[in-house]
Amino acid sequence: MVVLVQLRRALIYLRPYWHIALGSFLSLVIVSTANLISPQILRIIIDRGITQSDTRTLIWACIALIAVAVIRGIFSFTQGFWAEKTSQSGAYDMRNDLFEKIQTLSFSYLDQAQTGQLMTRMTSDVEQVRVFIGNGAVQLASAGVMLIGSVVILFAANWKLAIISLLTFPLMAVTIGIFVVRIRPLFGQVQAQLSSLNTVLQENLAGVRIVQSFAREPHERERYAKLNSVLLQTNLQAVRALSNNFPVFFFWANLGTAAAIWFGGHLVISQQLTIGDLVAFTAYLALLIQPLFTLGFLGSQLSRSAVSAGRIFEVLDAHNEVTDRPGAITLPAVEGRVEFDGVTFRYVGDERPVLSHVSFVAGPGVTVALVGQTGSGKSTIINLIPRFYDVTSGRVLIDGHDVRDVTLESLRSNIGLVLQETTLFSGSIRDNIAYGRPDTPFEQVEAAARAAQAHDFITSFPEGYDTTIGERGVGLSGGQRQRIAIARALLLDPRILILDESTSAVDAETEYLIQKAIAQVLRGRTAFIIAHRVSTVRNAGLILLLDGGTIAASGTHEDLLRDSPLYGEIIDSQFGRQTGRVEESPPTPLLAPTTTG
Amino acid sequence: MQQRAFTSLPAVTQQPVATLPVLRRLAGYLKIYRWRLIAVLGLVIAGAATSAGGPYLIGRAIDTAIRLGNGPLLNTIAVALVSIYAVSAVATRFQVALMGSIGQRILARLRSEIFATLQSLSLRYFDQHPAGDLMSRLLNDTDVLNQLFGQGIIQVLGSLFGIVGAIIAMLLLDVRLAIVSLLVVPLMFFTTALFSQISRRAFQRTRESIGDVSAEIQEEITGVRVAQAFNRTALNRQRFAVRNAANRDANVSAIAITSALMPTLGILSSMAIAVVAGFGGYLALHHQATVGTVVAFITYVQQFFFPIQQLANFFTTIQASFAAGDRIFSLIDSTPDLTDHPNAITMPPLRGEVVFDHVSFSYGSRRTSGLPEAGDEPEPELVLDDIVLTAKPGETTAIVGPTGAGKTTLVSLIGRLYDVTSGAVRIDGVDVRDVTRTSLRQQMGVVLQDSFLFSDTIAGNIRYGRLEATHAEVEAAARAAHAHEFIERLPQGYQSTVGERGGRLSQGQRQLIGIARAILADPRILILDEATSSVDTRTELLIQDALRVLLRDRTAFVIAHRLSTVREADHVLVLQRGHIVERGTHDSLLAAGGLYAELYRRQFRDDPAGSVP
Repeated sequence: MVVLVQLRRALIYLRPYWHIALGSFLSLVIVSTANLISPQILRIIIDRGITQSDTRTLIWACIALIAVAVIRGIFSFTQGFWAEKTSQSGAYDMRNDLFEKIQTLSFSYLDQAQTGQLMTRMTSDVEQVRVFIGNGAVQLASAGVMLIGSVVILFAANWKLAIISLLTFPLMAVTIGIFVVRIRPLFGQVQAQLSSLNTVLQENLAGVRIVQSFAREPHERERYAKLNSVLLQTNLQAVRALSNNFPVFFFWANLGTAAAIWFGGHLVISQQLTIGDLVAFTAYLALLIQPLFTLGFLGSQLSRSAVSAGRIFEVLDAHNEVTDRPGAITLPAVEGRVEFDGVTFRYVGDERPVLSHVSFVAGPGVTVALVGQTGSGKSTIINLIPRFYDVTSGRVLIDGHDVRDVTLESLRSNIGLVLQETTLFSGSIRDNIAYGRPDTPFEQVEAAARAAQAHDFITSFPEGYDTTIGERGVGLSGGQRQRIAIARALLLDPRILILDESTSAVDAETEYLIQKAIAQVLRGRTAFIIAHRVSTVRNAGLILLLDGGTIAASGTHEDLLRDSPLYGEIIDSQFGRQTGRVEESPPTPLLAPTTTG
Repeated sequence: MQQRAFTSLPAVTQQPVATLPVLRRLAGYLKIYRWRLIAVLGLVIAGAATSAGGPYLIGRAIDTAIRLGNGPLLNTIAVALVSIYAVSAVATRFQVALMGSIGQRILARLRSEIFATLQSLSLRYFDQHPAGDLMSRLLNDTDVLNQLFGQGIIQVLGSLFGIVGAIIAMLLLDVRLAIVSLLVVPLMFFTTALFSQISRRAFQRTRESIGDVSAEIQEEITGVRVAQAFNRTALNRQRFAVRNAANRDANVSAIAITSALMPTLGILSSMAIAVVAGFGGYLALHHQATVGTVVAFITYVQQFFFPIQQLANFFTTIQASFAAGDRIFSLIDSTPDLTDHPNAITMPPLRGEVVFDHVSFSYGSRRTSGLPEAGDEPEPELVLDDIVLTAKPGETTAIVGPTGAGKTTLVSLIGRLYDVTSGAVRIDGVDVRDVTRTSLRQQMGVVLQDSFLFSDTIAGNIRYGRLEATHAEVEAAARAAHAHEFIERLPQGYQSTVGERGGRLSQGQRQLIGIARAILADPRILILDEATSSVDTRTELLIQDALRVLLRDRTAFVIAHRLSTVREADHVLVLQRGHIVERGTHDSLLAAGGLYAELYRRQFRDDPAGSVP
């Protein structure tokens, strides 16, 4: 019954739209009533109009038939329309809630989550739930009303005839039930098999060079053929389930009609029933088929929808530990003193801490270079300053304020960030640079771009700052993206700057420009840099050498070269090829294409 | 019509499709099921006849048995009714089963044919058709055909024959009533067709709006860290809400159209019933029709409702499937532009000497496809112009030069991924066009910039170059490529699944696996396209070392981005705009002070690190 709990919770989303839902439901009652009235009119036409030769009744009954049809038409429109409107509105709210939640999810949740999965939850899961709770709820009500109404009327008309004609009804229900049980897993299988088949196709298109170069066409063909035949078999099973059940279902339904004609006919002969009664009776029998189908369909969707609802609420209920604490203050004007006080950090679920007892102080305006092997804790340190994660123990202080005591917004608006992965958004270049402060006047956007050495290539595009980038726009090179990301951070004029230097390879020209940009950016700010350039470490006011989550040594380049063997080793292996021993191999590709515009 | 090459994918299915050839082709696929199809047709007709027979019998029962009080006749008719229903059920069962299985088998066959065709096409084709486009088009088209074969044909046939059966029965019963009640049929049909026209446009809009929403979600999920860092979440929410609302409204207005269809049809159908009842009643009053006839007619009119709606719905599916079929068949029919020569021999085991003998190449030319170029076409631009080079067995040739110089094209010609426009590529003195492609390529290995991994285990990916390799050999190759260490650290080791879905490997790790794959294949000739994207220092060193192992004792062509590679190469070719402008070794070229020296110097100009002692 967990299933129903999830769906009931989803139903709450319809609450703001209860009046539309009610309208839909009332329409439904009217439609059902009209459906149940029509056979009665038919009965009157036959018994009183035709058999008793009553022309007036005949004409009026025909007019009534049309009138009922029009009323039914109008209300079945409002029923369907309002049901859809309710469900679309509920889905709209649900998507907004999901979006809001995802926007505020803490980094530790995002580390675990996969983009594709979150996508699925916001699109197909929401759609699945919407169809079920929106249309399903109304259809369920409709099916119930029609089933009960028809059965009641059948028994009221003639209970003996009703019993005889409904003998096959349980068989119909069982047949539909069997079909639902058999087809449900098959549909899932078909979907899964189709997607693996398409994966092979996709790989053969995207990887055509490898396939052809290794002459692996026969192997691929075999792989495809195998999956194709598995899919064929499943499809054939589905065909069999369909062909074995549906004709049987209709046979039971028809058998009921035949029984009604036969037994009812004898009742007419023995004058216990009129012909009109009999015709109306068979019409009510026909009304039973549709609701059964509906129930079968809803039954097949029930568990899927519940699973979807469960996945949606899993995201909505995700615990977010990084939130403003009650009474959090706005961080006052920042000077830029950053202090780590005995900071230990462990990722959720990990046993080993990534940082243990890290303490240091970076005064205002100091450039701090973080140096160390992969996994030594460099990224963790820069993630703790804007409070993307909360420390496991210890404190991170900015101008003496614990970052957990101030509002996230005031904290982060003082910190500029240039991450290793330069995520840009689809939109104009100007929008991207002004990302952190969308209402910035153009002059400041341009100034930021100039400082980031991006102005020249931006203006070389025909549309300049209005050039659309992203999926539907111009593709930028890695170096160009990076400089836009730098401009984006600069625009905030942050007191504290965080920068991950590990960059994708760019040509020499671009490399030079980026370094110039970075030098510009550092001026007058407290900066934390994950360093990959010797120039950076040489110019840094403070170098933190990290090893296995602790600070192994700190000081200036000269201090460390003198005192720390580990530092020398790392400088040799990571930066060595820049320290004059150029002939070994350069960090940046030799003779790479010049892609800068 | 049928040789038309599958060169351009029409944007949407808007232009008229020649239905006849498509029909003929489809008929070709149906041919082997000839007898089963005849059986299906028989079953469809039987089904239609029985479902038309039901109301007729009921009408007879009312008129001749019930009204006249003939009990025994009623019993007989009831038995007949049950038999008719039983026949109908059996007929439906077999017709659904037969047609369903035929449809699925044809689809499966079409899928394999599409796949086989794609495999026989040369790189030239894939250069012109981006994988993403091709993929979505193919998926869409087979899906449309799936709808047609899945249920479409049988529903259309069933509906058609159902209507025809009902019309015949009605005409037999009473011509005048039949004509009056049939008046509504065209009306219903046009209404449905009209609605489906309008709703198609509306649903097009909903597809666009949900596409917008998805794109936004995708982007914001990927960029959520940046959004948080820049305090943008509130603004993003507003922006999303706007698109989200547009999607909701598009859906609501689309549903307004579809919700109106059924009620409209219902009203039409009820009007027909009222007309039949009124006119039939009038006839009955004047003893020109019986009650049973009127009842039977009312049932027939109700029966029309469903098939007409189905037919109208499928009208659009059928249109779409003709367009889809047209595209699929023209793909299947496209002649492979690069085939084995009829007398092609098997390439003997290679020593590894590669000779380019005055090779020129242009992408525009199709001379090798057997179709001579039309003379009036402009001369296509040469990507490679008169390339002459010789690589002796075991030598490494590094190729450098700016983007677009023709480096990738040059190395692609060795494995005959394209055919030369003029001149010849010879390996061990044999023209590559005179041997089978399989025997040639099996002795070559390739490592590409983006090591393409298949959704398979890591072991499976390494084994790709030599399927029969044992696990020990796979592991040895991985060790040689310095991939063993990180593979072992994965939870499932060599059995970890990679590729699109499970791909958590870093760029550098993927490269190492690509190298292991080539080492295992142990080719005599190796093509290497060095990656430009940087990896962390440790991995970079591992890759360089692995490459050294890979290049040893093979004839290798390297599109080089690493100084270490160039320095160790036996020859360096500097390519510019399709010409070899300089050749020599790293040192001799540097000394010569030409283009190479300039490129080299530019690389280090202004590098502040370069001045560090």
